Amino acid sequence: MYRYDEYDRALVQARVEQFRDQVARRLSGDLSEEEFLPLRLQNGLYLQKHAYMLRVANPYGTLSADQLRVLAKIATDFDRGYGHFTTRQNIQFNWIELEQVPDILQLLADHDMHAIQTSGNCVRNITTEAFAGVAGDEVMDPRPLAEILRQWSTVNPEFLFLPRKFKIAISSSASDRAAVRAHDIGLYLYRGGSGEMLLDVMAGGGLGRTPILNERVKQGLPWQHILTYTEAVLRVYNRYGRRDNKYKARIKILVKALGVDAFAKEVEREWELIKDSDAELTEKEYQRVAAGFAPPVYERLDLIDPEYGAWLARDPQFGLWVQRNTQPHKVAGYASVILSTKPGASAPPGDVTGEQMNTVADLAERYGFGEIRVSHEQNLVLPDIRKQDLYPLWKKLTEINLAKPNVGLLTDVIACPGGDYCALANTRSLPVTRAIQERFDNIDFLHDLGDLTLNISGCVNACGHHHIGNIGILGVDKKGEEFFQITIGGAQGKNSSLGKVIGRAFRAEEVPEAINRLLQAYLDYREAEEPFIETVNRIGLDPFKERVYPTPTDAAQLKLEEASV
Amino acid sequence: MKNIITTVNGVSGVVHDDPWSMPGEDESDNRDFQIVSLERLLALAESGERLQGQYGVMLHPDDDPDILLPWLASLRLIALQFPRFSDGRAYSQAYLLRARYGFEGELRAVGDVLRDQLAAMRHCGFSSFAIREDRSAEEALKGLEVFDLIYARSVSTPQPLFRRR
Ligand code: SF4
Repeated sequence: MYRYDEYDRALVQARVEQFRDQVARRLSGDLSEEEFLPLRLQNGLYLQKHAYMLRVANPYGTLSADQLRVLAKIATDFDRGYGHFTTRQNIQFNWIELEQVPDILQLLADHDMHAIQTSGNCVRNITTEAFAGVAGDEVMDPRPLAEILRQWSTVNPEFLFLPRKFKIAISSSASDRAAVRAHDIGLYLYRGGSGEMLLDVMAGGGLGRTPILNERVKQGLPWQHILTYTEAVLRVYNRYGRRDNKYKARIKILVKALGVDAFAKEVEREWELIKDSDAELTEKEYQRVAAGFAPPVYERLDLIDPEYGAWLARDPQFGLWVQRNTQPHKVAGYASVILSTKPGASAPPGDVTGEQMNTVADLAERYGFGEIRVSHEQNLVLPDIRKQDLYPLWKKLTEINLAKPNVGLLTDVIACPGGDYCALANTRSLPVTRAIQERFDNIDFLHDLGDLTLNISGCVNACGHHHIGNIGILGVDKKGEEFFQITIGGAQGKNSSLGKVIGRAFRAEEVPEAINRLLQAYLDYREAEEPFIETVNRIGLDPFKERVYPTPTDAAQLKLEEASV
Repeated sequence: MKNIITTVNGVSGVVHDDPWSMPGEDESDNRDFQIVSLERLLALAESGERLQGQYGVMLHPDDDPDILLPWLASLRLIALQFPRFSDGRAYSQAYLLRARYGFEGELRAVGDVLRDQLAAMRHCGFSSFAIREDRSAEEALKGLEVFDLIYARSVSTPQPLFRRR
């Protein structure tokens, strides 16, 4: 992991003092709520339905065991005993008192953490693959560049008041597990012909009410220019992005309005003027940061461990878990383990208690190298586990309810907090999530369905990334009543696509049966081992529509709605 | 103008006798220390006239600062606007005027200018601040006394931190 030096430490400590003063001025009335708002947002503090919510940054989803214990302490001492991991690899605490925030930030700063720029109209936490540095299919480790970007964007004075929030993701694997194409800037890192590090820069992606996948604006950018090029993109956006309408203020609208080529040209013109400057990254700086991500000292292990093999043969439950919840590691004899935070009815997706966090921290130290990751799917990852330890680890994870063997399956739902917490929500996404998880609790059925992502958002802001779920569910308000619209065909990764609406929206209680009809259609139409998304791509939406809306009234209603679109 | 903070050679203080007037306040042609609108500057140039003495200009946040290139050497002051403190366009304008076009006169932040944004403004090259009138400039001065390390390069620190580490 990257270790803070005196500069990093001084910055986060100073920031705590600054915010302590701002909170005091807010409480005394010196600062109006309007003036305080962007200040608290830039420190991760939202006002939700019932209380303040504090979002803490987990830079590119990486945590040490000690840092996870700090999060556990915040959950137990300052909140109601749990935290919620988000799709952007952060964690949020839902029941926070304003007066206590400076103390929480102090606790974070003392452990090289912060909540800076986890919200507000600025550059947010840089995200990447949960398996960075260890994935079998990785080209190279994207974390050094992610950390360099984190530093560059932190309190960058020119870009603290952008038209709207700005999200950057970087990936360097064959599959892209960072949803790169849904970001304002998406970076694909790879090696050129002579081994040099290059980047493809994608710009103008984002979900929300106008979902757009980003497009390539620069191919083969040498890594030394990652900061100058990002600066050029942000300067163009800061100057020309719309500020008159919140819903048209993301960079995707600017890119769309100009056209991606014209936008790229504008950026290129700006970049030409700054690329040969002191902002060009140095080899020395890259090496300084990369040293923090040097691989740990792995043991030389055989590819196959006899004891592990024996357990696999003996315990089918264990086998099921290994099949779904572990990932190939680039070092022989090791695996990465995914801790499913989706047990079903007992906890909402992404919610983890302080006790669970403490145990996970202990397990990371006992079986791994003391490191934990957070994934885009809101799960936790132990990146470096010897295969021979998988069995005892599985036993322990089972005890703390983090071993549901459903990673990548229907019940591994990505869900936003929805109306139970969020002030912007139209609907409560969590009860629907739970109803689906309860309806499809049969693990054999789930495994038979195979790879299938289901994402749900409580409103058009799309925090649950419903557009890029194979099945997406969006909560909408119709005359004060909650309805849920279903899309299919969305996907993240290298073959990203946006889902399409299949028809009229459902009442909450109708959703599980509608999903069931959708799944039955898939089972009837699929060929061999074809995953859900491929069946959708092959046969299109109509066969699914027919099955989900079987009655004539439904069909008529559907026609009406289509005509009115 | 009232409620002004200036920074000279790194030292900031409240100015009680600031001589400048805003566009539209007093536009007699022979008056020193006027800030004129860009429209007026362009109109005067069109008619072949020149403002005498010390003068400044105010840009709209939409304006491309390179429009001022012909006047940069003779302008004493450029005012950049913050219609709302959350509108950050003037940060980029300031950066360009200083770092790219080499403007050396006074760069003044006007509009919704508040204590908690001053440090970022200073980094981007602002050297004076017209604090919003309902706020005390003395109080706002504290906004420039904060510890404000940044990583990226800026007008205040042309070398990014990684070159100095
Ligand atoms: S999608 Fe809507 S309801 Fe869900 S967290 Fe985002 S803003 Fe709130």
